[in-house]
Amino acid sequence: MDHDIIKFGLYVPPHPHPLLSPGASKGYQRLRDAFDTCRERIENSDADLIIVYSTTWPSIIGHQFQANPNSEWVHVDDDFHYLGSMPYSFTMDSVFAGACVEKAKERGLQARTVNYDAFPIDTGSITALSLLNPENRIPATIVSSNMYANRSETIVLGKAIRDALTEEKRKAVVVVVSSLSNRMFTEPIDPSEDRIHSQKDDDWNRKILEFFEDGRLEDLSQLSREIHGQIRVQKVVAYKPAWWMASTMGQHNNYDGEVLAYEALNGSGGAIIQLTPSVGSIGDKEFDEDDVEYYRGDRNVLDQGGV
Amino acid sequence: MSKGEIVLGALAPHPPHVVYAENPDQNEPVSEGGWETLRWGYHRLARKLETIDYDVMVVFTPHWQTYVGTHFLGVPRFSSKSVDPVFPNIFRYNYDLEVDVDLSEAMCKAASDAGLITRMMRNPDFRVDYGTITSCHMMNPRWDKPIITISSNRNTHYYSPEVMIEQALALGKACRTAIEDSGKRVVLVSSHSLSHRHFVTESPLPEDMSKEHIYNHSQYVWDMALIDLFRQGKMREAIDIMPEFTEQTIAETEGGGLVWMMGAMGMPEYPAEIYGYQSVIGTGNCIAAWVPHSDKREIVL
Repeated sequence: MDHDIIKFGLYVPPHPHPLLSPGASKGYQRLRDAFDTCRERIENSDADLIIVYSTTWPSIIGHQFQANPNSEWVHVDDDFHYLGSMPYSFTMDSVFAGACVEKAKERGLQARTVNYDAFPIDTGSITALSLLNPENRIPATIVSSNMYANRSETIVLGKAIRDALTEEKRKAVVVVVSSLSNRMFTEPIDPSEDRIHSQKDDDWNRKILEFFEDGRLEDLSQLSREIHGQIRVQKVVAYKPAWWMASTMGQHNNYDGEVLAYEALNGSGGAIIQLTPSVGSIGDKEFDEDDVEYYRGDRNVLDQGGV
Repeated sequence: MSKGEIVLGALAPHPPHVVYAENPDQNEPVSEGGWETLRWGYHRLARKLETIDYDVMVVFTPHWQTYVGTHFLGVPRFSSKSVDPVFPNIFRYNYDLEVDVDLSEAMCKAASDAGLITRMMRNPDFRVDYGTITSCHMMNPRWDKPIITISSNRNTHYYSPEVMIEQALALGKACRTAIEDSGKRVVLVSSHSLSHRHFVTESPLPEDMSKEHIYNHSQYVWDMALIDLFRQGKMREAIDIMPEFTEQTIAETEGGGLVWMMGAMGMPEYPAEIYGYQSVIGTGNCIAAWVPHSDKREIVL
């Protein structure tokens, strides 16, 4: 079933270095090489769609899906503007973006497409799509990361996208754009001396990579809150990429996992990982958190009684 | 050369909704108005600025977020289109603005000399953030003065609100030194809301004012507590409670703008001029100004 709608999933970092300055360090080059390998694998698959969930595109009004058939502009990163400009021209699947919005609304979510000239596509999405799909051989859509969304909402969002994939009979490659540990150095560094910010971040990153290699995506989804507390700078309410990826890819641990690269990007954990649905199963955990199907918003606990 | 000075410092929130509601030629979407309490307050402040002689507007924005130090605009002119990634339906603004690169470089150097990590932004393709554009448009819709934008270093999240305060105060003092040495007359702009919890849904007509209100009463009470300190000229106290205020209201003060401005202005002990307070999609927004010269100071609201 998963093979029918999800060819495989990729987890890639959001920083622009593999695109703009791969030669600045051996680590950046290894990430670039891994991107290139993934590009070839996408080309050799029969996928007809790329879905990008980007942690560097925050939204507030629900969930936004990029739907401009030809998204063109020249982007410059807020921090790494000195590495150069990022011109882009991406082919978006506006029909599929619309289908996602429809399915998201059916599951109680606020969602909309965005289709505007000069819309600022984010650094992470540009890096991913430029390296993974440089000739626009396959159309894409990009999904925003709602800054207030938590577990239930993110799980339902993934299910809505699966609904759209199933109904539209599409074969997608799912791309999550996110760091592992996301603490960067706050002073300029020599790229050749880049390293993970702390031993603790590195330890946690490697444990996460073990889970990925074992195909234990649902286990990672269940560990999201712990990961957020341990190695994520608290910029948003939760670490959501594993929730979204697991939900979109079917909520299980049956994948062939492969870590193609793991390197530091200005101190943060940058990994390129492939998960391919398989029939095997691994893992020794069971879960009791509710598997929510429909998003009903806040529970309004505060309105239920006075202090 | 006479000594430069800060002639006014403004807290100037930047919800793009106020530009949308103004219907300027530069913005593509068309509205039926809305958020008049804020917009009329901005009009009043813009009229006051027309009576004040100044050379440049220096903006601290939380929508240019940098993690490796504080960055300064370093290209003489930017002409492009700004589309808000969060509210693209209401803000698609064509801008053409000039930057005072000399003063920007001087502030960057002064901050670096003070021990802060800094960098000039020299890429001509860079898009100026919508926070800068909104605040500047509302305060000077003629765009006939150069600007400088200073990025928001994310100290609050990376370290703590206390670290942010220390660094933003140091940045403010460094900017003041550079301004005084430049001989220029400068308006400072701290571009942000107060409480910053948004509604996650939007009315079919965004300017439907029957739907607009603060996210919850707690946010309102905190906003009023801070504004009361503004009125009383107790800015040291306001900065002292900033960590708790920011935490309790998810406030956009986390970026450091107001602290930076107070650091540059020497922690004013005189009352702020209050131009308006209104919610925008649930957030709390106050327009306020601090005027060093007492003969230019007035009671507005």
